[in-house]
Amino acid sequence: MSAVDVREAITRAHREEWARVVAALTRRFGDLDIAEEAAAEAFATAVERWPADGVPPNPGAWLTTTANRKAIDRIRRESKRDDKQKQAQMVYDDDPPEPPGAIDDERLRLIFTCCHPALAMQTRVALTLRMVGGLTVPEIARAFLVQETTMEKRITRAKAKIKAARIPYRVPSAEDLPARVSGVLAVLYLVFNEGYLATGPDTDPVRHDLTAEAIRLTRLIRALLPEDGEVAGLLALMLLIEARRAARVSGSGELVTLGEQDRGAWDAALIAEGHRLVRERLAAGVAPGRYQIHAAINAVHTSARDVRDTDWSQVVALYDQLARLDPSPIVALNRAIAVAELDGPEVALAAVEQLEDQLAGYHAYHVTRADMLRRLGRSQQSRAAYDKAIELAGNTAETAYLTRRRDQLG
Amino acid sequence: MQYLVSVIDDTAGLATPDEMAAISAFNERLKAEGHWVFAGGLAAPSTATVIDNRGEEAIFTDGPFLESKEHLAGFWIMEASDLDVALRLAAEGSKHCNRKLEVRPFR
Repeated sequence: MSAVDVREAITRAHREEWARVVAALTRRFGDLDIAEEAAAEAFATAVERWPADGVPPNPGAWLTTTANRKAIDRIRRESKRDDKQKQAQMVYDDDPPEPPGAIDDERLRLIFTCCHPALAMQTRVALTLRMVGGLTVPEIARAFLVQETTMEKRITRAKAKIKAARIPYRVPSAEDLPARVSGVLAVLYLVFNEGYLATGPDTDPVRHDLTAEAIRLTRLIRALLPEDGEVAGLLALMLLIEARRAARVSGSGELVTLGEQDRGAWDAALIAEGHRLVRERLAAGVAPGRYQIHAAINAVHTSARDVRDTDWSQVVALYDQLARLDPSPIVALNRAIAVAELDGPEVALAAVEQLEDQLAGYHAYHVTRADMLRRLGRSQQSRAAYDKAIELAGNTAETAYLTRRRDQLG
Repeated sequence: MQYLVSVIDDTAGLATPDEMAAISAFNERLKAEGHWVFAGGLAAPSTATVIDNRGEEAIFTDGPFLESKEHLAGFWIMEASDLDVALRLAAEGSKHCNRKLEVRPFR
């Protein structure tokens, strides 16, 4: 086996087995810290040994066994030091072994613990990427533009809280499950969005590593909870957005709007998969949640070969449906964008300007308003709105696009 | 596992009779279900005295050690198997006493 093959085998094992190893060890040793460290050591050992010894026939089993050994070594070392204290710090888990056929994947416990509502949102994101996603602390720190030491502290503090406050390591009860699943999806959507429209002057406008990781983890949740409509909805939504990635940023690094994208550059396979999921949810005949409706809207957009073929009345109807579930000004703003295509920019502008009090600090409000004013030939007002949008936009490709648009005004 | 559940109040008022009745009923349930350890309501923060006897002699200071808009109005000590159980109890308690609560584990 060549060195490249071994490297690929290690990368693949890391992608496929990391969460499983961490989850199994957490269950066995009742301690996230021990599990994380032992998993990391096992992968380091693989990097050392596999090139010489060859890739084991079952890499997952090899990694779990190695990690188990590392964990036991550490516990032996520490138990000499302080038995009692360690006992008190165990993660709590009194569940009887799961019956076969139940949701018995340990990774699910891990995800629910990392996304526990008693942890701050940014902590949940960081912990999920580390424990479930297997990203290193420096990688996560880079992704969210914070110092490595800050990120390390955030994760350490979270693990300490999980132990001290006894955040349970289990799949929530049926009664709590819907709310807790939606908490997990919120974490994954946040990771995706940070990748999709990365903020900060020194980052790439699209962070493919983050969108890919969010999709990968959502696929995992989908495999673990195949009956959940919102999980399918979020996956479909991510796929349909990800499918347009290559067309979203121009060669010169500018954001390309949906209407101006080269639809031939969209990823047909991702679109087909996203559409399949949306159809599956429609066929389920259950009232859709937010992610499913968002996915359906994106399915309408990605069904049009040309922007002029877009079924805008369908888009507006879906936004109406969404607004009933989520009457937020942001939904109203997006609805107005679709209304502009259906009833013209004048009608839409009136709807947009009603949102000023709530959205004056949100760059997309000014982007939308600037665009509508431009289409109505009100250049001076449009320019002022572009100025405001540029001031508030955090994404480099978007800033470049808005600047060009503003400078093209007559 | 024991948790301190603190009642955080931002008004000067004491619990209303309706709130008191709801809290009593809730306490009975905590006892029946084995979650009860202790609970109590506190007098106003202005009745507090701070004592510092780390130096030569004890110094007594009138008033609470922290002046803030929100204060500790009372507390429960609850027995719960894990944080999920404690949070569910605290969510109920918050409704009954009509105040914000903080859940904090004992070491």
